[in-house]
Amino acid sequence: MGHIKLTNVAKSFGSIDVLHEINLEIADSEFVVFVGPSGCGKSTLLRIIAGLEKPTGGELAIDGKVVNSVPAADRGLAMVFQSYALYPHMSVRQNLAFGLENTKMPTAEITERIGEAARMLEIERYLDRRPGQLSGGQRQRVAIGRAIVRRPVAFLLDEPLSNLDAELRGSTRAEIAALHSRLSATMIYVTHDQVEAMTLADRIVVLRAGRIEQIGTPMELYNSPTNRFVAGFIGSPHMNFLEGTVESSSSGKAVATFAGGHRLDLPVDDASVATGSRVTLGVRPQHVSIGTGTEGISAKIKLVEALGSETIVHTDVAGQKILVVAPGQHDLAPGADIRLSLSAAPLHLFNEKGLRLEHAL
Amino acid sequence: MTADVPGRTGLSLSELAMVPVRLAMSFIDAPLRWVQKTFGLGGMATFFLLPNMLIFGIFVLLPFFINFAYSMTGGTALFLPDRSFVGTDQYARLFDCANYLDPNSCVEDTFWTAVGNTGWFVVLQVTLMIGFSLVTALILNRDLRARSFWRAVFFFPVLLSPVVVGLIWKWILQRQGLLNFGLFSFGFEPHVWLNDRTWSFAATVGVSIWAHMGFYTLIILAGLQAIPKDLYEAAEMDGTRTSRVFLRITLPLLMPNLLVVIVLVLIRAVQIFDEVYVLTGGGPGTSTLYLTQYIYETGFATQLRNPGLAAAASILMGVVLVVLTLLQLGLSRPSEKKGSRK
Amino acid sequence: MSRAVEFLFRRKGGKGWHWTDIVTWVWLVGGLFIMFGPAVWLVGSSFKSPAALAEFPPTILPYVTQKATVEAYDKPLDLYEVTLEDGSKATLAEVRRIGVVSQMVDPVKPGEIVKVNIANRTPVRQMSFAAENYTEPFTHFDFVRYLWNSVFVTVTATLITLVVNSMAAFALSKYEFRGRTFAMLLILATLMVPLSVIMVPLYSIVSVLGLFNNLWGVILPTVATPTGVFILRQYMLTIPDELIDAARMDKASEWQIYWRIILPLTAPALAVLAIFSVVWRWNDFLWPLIVLSRKELYTLQVGLSIYSGELNVQWHFILAMTVVTMIPVVLVFLFLQRFITTGIAGTGLK
Repeated sequence: MGHIKLTNVAKSFGSIDVLHEINLEIADSEFVVFVGPSGCGKSTLLRIIAGLEKPTGGELAIDGKVVNSVPAADRGLAMVFQSYALYPHMSVRQNLAFGLENTKMPTAEITERIGEAARMLEIERYLDRRPGQLSGGQRQRVAIGRAIVRRPVAFLLDEPLSNLDAELRGSTRAEIAALHSRLSATMIYVTHDQVEAMTLADRIVVLRAGRIEQIGTPMELYNSPTNRFVAGFIGSPHMNFLEGTVESSSSGKAVATFAGGHRLDLPVDDASVATGSRVTLGVRPQHVSIGTGTEGISAKIKLVEALGSETIVHTDVAGQKILVVAPGQHDLAPGADIRLSLSAAPLHLFNEKGLRLEHAL
Repeated sequence: MTADVPGRTGLSLSELAMVPVRLAMSFIDAPLRWVQKTFGLGGMATFFLLPNMLIFGIFVLLPFFINFAYSMTGGTALFLPDRSFVGTDQYARLFDCANYLDPNSCVEDTFWTAVGNTGWFVVLQVTLMIGFSLVTALILNRDLRARSFWRAVFFFPVLLSPVVVGLIWKWILQRQGLLNFGLFSFGFEPHVWLNDRTWSFAATVGVSIWAHMGFYTLIILAGLQAIPKDLYEAAEMDGTRTSRVFLRITLPLLMPNLLVVIVLVLIRAVQIFDEVYVLTGGGPGTSTLYLTQYIYETGFATQLRNPGLAAAASILMGVVLVVLTLLQLGLSRPSEKKGSRK
Repeated sequence: MSRAVEFLFRRKGGKGWHWTDIVTWVWLVGGLFIMFGPAVWLVGSSFKSPAALAEFPPTILPYVTQKATVEAYDKPLDLYEVTLEDGSKATLAEVRRIGVVSQMVDPVKPGEIVKVNIANRTPVRQMSFAAENYTEPFTHFDFVRYLWNSVFVTVTATLITLVVNSMAAFALSKYEFRGRTFAMLLILATLMVPLSVIMVPLYSIVSVLGLFNNLWGVILPTVATPTGVFILRQYMLTIPDELIDAARMDKASEWQIYWRIILPLTAPALAVLAIFSVVWRWNDFLWPLIVLSRKELYTLQVGLSIYSGELNVQWHFILAMTVVTMIPVVLVFLFLQRFITTGIAGTGLK
């Protein structure tokens, strides 16, 4: 139930390739989130799984059966759309019943399933209203309800929270997580919001320009992004990057100088870091600390955003922007010179191509 | 959208009325599911398009193409296979004139009379129609009370059938009609308007303007209302004179809209038939005989009908209309307005 | 009434009168009379008896001369108010008229003929609505038949127009298929092929199909209107594709998507098309005139025009039937005018 496997799935519209050779296996009752910037092909990938788009190459299998030529309706999947796509001329009840009636299900069972879903989502009071008379959050529940009553093999959710306001988004996110553990069904969730991805997913698939950049659990992505793109995409605020040059490199040990004159020994595993090549050092804003004395990198404060619980400091290190998120409140003023310390920080290193360099820092 | 009462039970009347329709629709659904399964979405697209394309093909495209064949054949037989091929004789006959400036010197003198009448009609009617519609639209665009009432006043005749329009005016213009009564009360002699060549021609122009100007007024009015109000306010701040505001702001901004209207009026004027046929029947003599009536009478009505000649004449008229329509499409492309046809 | 006039004529803002204000009101009031006057005159005339219609100068309201049945005279005689030579007045009935002298009798004393100069008599008249103008055509002529034919053509053609055009519009707005642009262009091209250009070959095609002298011959050529496809397609393009995706995920067949999702959501555009179609088909003239040559098949428009073209035009019947023909369109105008005018302003369609 709900095991989905994609082998070399590709899609092109005319001469434009939207997806290249996607390989992905989704286990039963797994919560997988497709995340990426807009235009990365994540929605297209979801629609291919749904059967609303035909792949131009590769194979899609659900529970071991190749379904490339099976129409959307017969794949046993249910989808929650970004715009909810509720039928405006039908009542909530009719919206929920429509898909079941199409399968010639007995009326008694339809009523029972609708009742069950309505209780679960607390939309019983609205069953006889039209979608136009509901608030955004209520519509969103109905859209999920329409998927639930179908008892699908897997749920496909296409940016379901993007039309909600920030507050509602948070609570609905929690409800979707609860729903997943309750239904223990496979869910594939598309979003461009990495917070949703981090909080909901068992595994995250990061997509860019039609290719998978990395697949992994939220913490894997956070702690060891395989390339600069994933590093920059996951985590908020974005990871800081410092450009540097390798000064010397010899048998598993290299030394690089970064902006602001910061020198670092790089205990790199492979010897691919030649002398003179460029490397990028990545460090998350939360991991940079404001140093004392004369240790660390010298920086100039550009802007201070005090949020109370933490302080976000925008600094300039030899023309490169470095963001610092310091817990608590700090008495800092723009224009002042400070020292930034990376001593306690987990550091990420990327080579010229942006790929992660394994190291033992 | 109706406000459904929560917890409502039972069927509403409209739902009850839908029951047979629903049954019929689900009855159709089963075979169509098979079509969908066998031929896919492309097959369904064809299915949805087919009835329209079929009717359209049989009753519009096919006639359009065999019209050329008709124009190349002679005799009185109606069906194409029974007709003899004559090449371009029909066209030659239409253009056989001793003096191209004098319709009477032509073999088909009625055709040239109809062409001449239609030409004069188009020139006069289009000019006056645009003038009247523009003035009416400008007036309706003023800061008026009950604007929608006044707009309705001018729009009223648009919906009337041409036959009704023809009869209304035939009744008013006859010897004991309202017009003569009006003139009589001011001491003028009654006149039998529709027995007079000039006056009956004028009547066809006037009546067709009366019947259709409300329609064009509406389109021009829509164009006027699309002009941003702040432009007028800016002009007022600058102390611009009314006439100058019209010439420098209203007219240039209205131009795209107005051009479309002009071509629309032209296209309709070339095809004038219905109300004139009822009002004057083309008479007296041939003074209000227009092209469509010529084609109709040549093809159907006269004792010695000549469908080939009628087809040839209709193709010549078609050429004019195609040119005008292309002109309209070219003009309307920027403003995204569509043409119209009954 | 005066308050209504005051309301209509009061200038917003109450500033002084500019010459354009005078032009405006002259134009509007003139327009009111010219646009409505003829129709009102028609309706008024339709209630007059043939005798009243033949009068000149005509009266605004339908009057008839009163008649009296006088002993020894077969026909009822017209009554006149007469000023006698002695200056007294009397109501007398006219027996006959010779030159300027009218021979009259007193209805009370029928034996005695009184000669009166016609200058000294005026007819005794009273208002009377000639309802028989309306009832007679329905009982003695084929107008019920014509009315039925018109209703049948209008309703059937409109229903088919809605179904066929909405199906085509659905295909052209919601499916990607090869030849879609071609189909659109083809339909667009129809705008250039009006009836007056193709009537000869169309007539032969209709005849070959056995539809000559058949109401279906009037209906079918009109139902695939390009404008219909256009307004429906334009409207359907605004329906989000996600709804169709949702319905497909809900196991709806394409046909179900069409009639359970698309059609209900296109209702406003369908209503506009329906109204236009009713007006168009009700008013159609040239094509029914060509296709229908048997009297019992005439539509109202054809019947009316043929009757009015006859040598002995019975105007009292024609006028009454014209009013009947006007009624549906006037009803549409009264109730849906605002709807139609905004529709035209939005789409440039008639």
